[in-house]
Amino acid sequence: MPNVDYDVRIKTEGPRPPLVRGPVALNMNSLGEADVFGAEPKISARCVNFYYGSKRALNNISIDFSPRRVTSIIGPSGCGKSTFIRLLNRMHELVPGSRLEGEILLDGMDILSPACDAAELRKRVGMVFQKPNPFPKSIFENIAYGLEVNGFTGRNLIEEKVVDSLKKAALWGEIKDRLKDSALGLSGGQQQRLCIARCLAVSPEVILFDEPCASLDPISTAKIEELILELKKDYTIVIVTHNMQQAARVSDQTAFFLMGDLIETGRTDRIFKAPRDKRTEDYITGRFG
Amino acid sequence: MKRRDIIQKIGFSALFACMAANILFLGGIIFFIAARGLGAISWEFLTQAPRDSMTAGGVAPAIVGTFYLTLGAIIFALPLGVACAVYLTEYSPKGWIVNVLRISINNLAGVPSVVFGLFGLTVFVKYAGFGVSILSGSLTLGILALPVIISASQEALAAVPQSIREASLALGATQWETIRKVVLPASLPGILTGVILSVGRVAGETAPILFTAAAFYLKGYPHSIFSEVMALPYHIYALMTEGTHPEIQTRIAYGSSLLLLALVLSVSMLAIFIRARQRKTYNA
Amino acid sequence: MNRKKERLIKYLFTALAFSSLVFLIGIVLVLFKEALPIFSRVSLHDFLLGESWYPTAEPPEFGILPLILASLWVTLGALVICVPLGVGSALYLHELAGPRQRALLKPVIEILASVPSIVYGFFGMVILAPFLQNAFDLPIGLCALTTSIILGVMATPTVASIAEDALSYVPRSFREASFAVGADRWQTLTKVIIPAAGSGISTAIILGMSRAIGETMTVLMVAGGSAVIPHSVFDPVRPMTAAIAAEMGEASVGSDHYHALFAIALILFLITFVFNIAAELISRRFRLKLGLSR
Repeated sequence: MPNVDYDVRIKTEGPRPPLVRGPVALNMNSLGEADVFGAEPKISARCVNFYYGSKRALNNISIDFSPRRVTSIIGPSGCGKSTFIRLLNRMHELVPGSRLEGEILLDGMDILSPACDAAELRKRVGMVFQKPNPFPKSIFENIAYGLEVNGFTGRNLIEEKVVDSLKKAALWGEIKDRLKDSALGLSGGQQQRLCIARCLAVSPEVILFDEPCASLDPISTAKIEELILELKKDYTIVIVTHNMQQAARVSDQTAFFLMGDLIETGRTDRIFKAPRDKRTEDYITGRFG
Repeated sequence: MKRRDIIQKIGFSALFACMAANILFLGGIIFFIAARGLGAISWEFLTQAPRDSMTAGGVAPAIVGTFYLTLGAIIFALPLGVACAVYLTEYSPKGWIVNVLRISINNLAGVPSVVFGLFGLTVFVKYAGFGVSILSGSLTLGILALPVIISASQEALAAVPQSIREASLALGATQWETIRKVVLPASLPGILTGVILSVGRVAGETAPILFTAAAFYLKGYPHSIFSEVMALPYHIYALMTEGTHPEIQTRIAYGSSLLLLALVLSVSMLAIFIRARQRKTYNA
Repeated sequence: MNRKKERLIKYLFTALAFSSLVFLIGIVLVLFKEALPIFSRVSLHDFLLGESWYPTAEPPEFGILPLILASLWVTLGALVICVPLGVGSALYLHELAGPRQRALLKPVIEILASVPSIVYGFFGMVILAPFLQNAFDLPIGLCALTTSIILGVMATPTVASIAEDALSYVPRSFREASFAVGADRWQTLTKVIIPAAGSGISTAIILGMSRAIGETMTVLMVAGGSAVIPHSVFDPVRPMTAAIAAEMGEASVGSDHYHALFAIALILFLITFVFNIAAELISRRFRLKLGLSR
């Protein structure tokens, strides 16, 4: 039984359990703090099962993400954490033969329903990937791309947005003279911030980070973390990381995944100070993983 | 529906149309030839020599000739091609040598076939004194087959895992022993694919044998490698351009085309089948 | 003893490996040696730009402009067919075909690429030419148009299969990045994948073109064979390859006509050589651009 801080009891067998909408009841931890944040959740996953072919990759995941907070998802390799956040903007649809059960709500709207357009969804829920993946185009074109495909026209408007996104991504100072240069000439850390700028340009509400620092050096990593803390003022952020220090540094809420199960979730300080599940404790104290 | 959805729909339909047209055209050609050629093919057609100034009888000498030419080309090109591939993958020479060789192989693959014919005419027929013969034709076709065999063999050799080579070397085997006893046997199916692919290519070529081997009409079968031969592709050309009885001879040409097509297509199907199976083994 | 043997074997392989280079150089030497004598008769300028090709007339005229133009016309005509069909098919395979369709269609295209040119020529002669003759009410069906169509259909599988390879080298991460900012599949295809694979696709087109211009038997059978400067697509033409193949049998060894034919072959060889080098350079840039080692 996963130790979730929600008032949701999940049956693994039998009929589908009733889905709970809205904010879940507050759980108090031993210090008397509210364990999750009071606001209406930005994204809620309810009883999500995910299969690759016949193999089940995620079991009954239910979790809320509060607006303008950073949630980190931690767990050992292969625990399903990357698989899970790719569901949140339906990137899993790129993998043929996968199947999803359950409900994922964005501001109360079911993103899995056929009525929801995947491209529209991805505009609202942006994603930054494990390896920086700029297009083989110029820096400017990389950022303008998202605007163009979403129907923005007008050179001035696009230019303004490009500059704005680069500033928000803390990259403007370094590259303002080389907007026409190829994005592939940037360093790894700069490329990753460019990818963040590209994501910001289409004005998302949620940003998903899939191990954004996995291929970066410590200095670049520090810059990205700083940026994430800055961005959380305006955006809801979900970050997958295998680095527990990073989770502790940047996130307000932490979720621990193990072998496709959500073992425990709650306020970051609480998870690291007083984990409720033995497995969480073992993982964060470095006994496995 | 939004504008960009409509654009996407139109775009995807256009791509589908391209694919369909592609398959339809090529399928249509094969269908026409099969439909009209089938009637001409009989036991007599396959086993007898042409009679009555090529208006009756069969195409047996042409089949035999194509067989000899192809066999000769492979005997010539196989050792050369495999040796070249072994050198390029196993003896890992300096960068510029590999580049020069790769460029020359790619360029050789792109030389127009009629130019091979002229080369064969000058070097083998005249300079070496082999005359218009199976030998000259085979050598010319062999050069043409060389790039195909090299690139297939290279792919096969590169697919052999490095760890196997290291295992053999670590047991005290020399490099040549490793190549001969470990690497080559492991890459045999891939090399075989290259050979079969080049058989398909060589058997269908006409231009290189125009001046080096092919005869318009011969009474019997060739008796030595210095004889001229009839060949299936050249036979089709001869019937269509130099024939005296167009109606009957077009029918024979249909039969010959179907025969050549069936031969070449089944050979390349076999090669692709072997390659697919082999790639699966390495990926698994 | 053993070491000596190893060294010998290595030298043997090195020597054999250079065979393709030797043949390539041999071809160049033979072409130059047999072609050069003609230029003591005709200047290079008159040879390339002369408008009449009457090699057996008295006195003979060796102007190959009609042949060059014929090759150019039929090749460009072929491109009009094989570029959209070939690249379109490659994009279809890459983007729209499911795994099962791909597994079927890819080998089918490869197998079709191996249909011998004589079969295309035969088909053009007995089916396409009469059909076009009826359809457009032409005096003769064997003309530049027929040749272009046949060559185009012939080069399509080559273009499709090389272009598909180029598309498959484009990293998946580009797709994901594009989807993640809200692009749909068509936008991703046209604005990210095609530009990224652009030079690979141009390599495919150049190699298709190289195949079309060097093709012999097909043009020999369907082009109509008239060595006059073409004025319309319905004119019969005599491309360079057809001239060589048709006339070499009649030209007596060592005659001016014989040397002139080798000179045509030399020019043909140089054209395809330039194409192949261009394809090589472009595809190397393509690999660098995508950060691929091989």
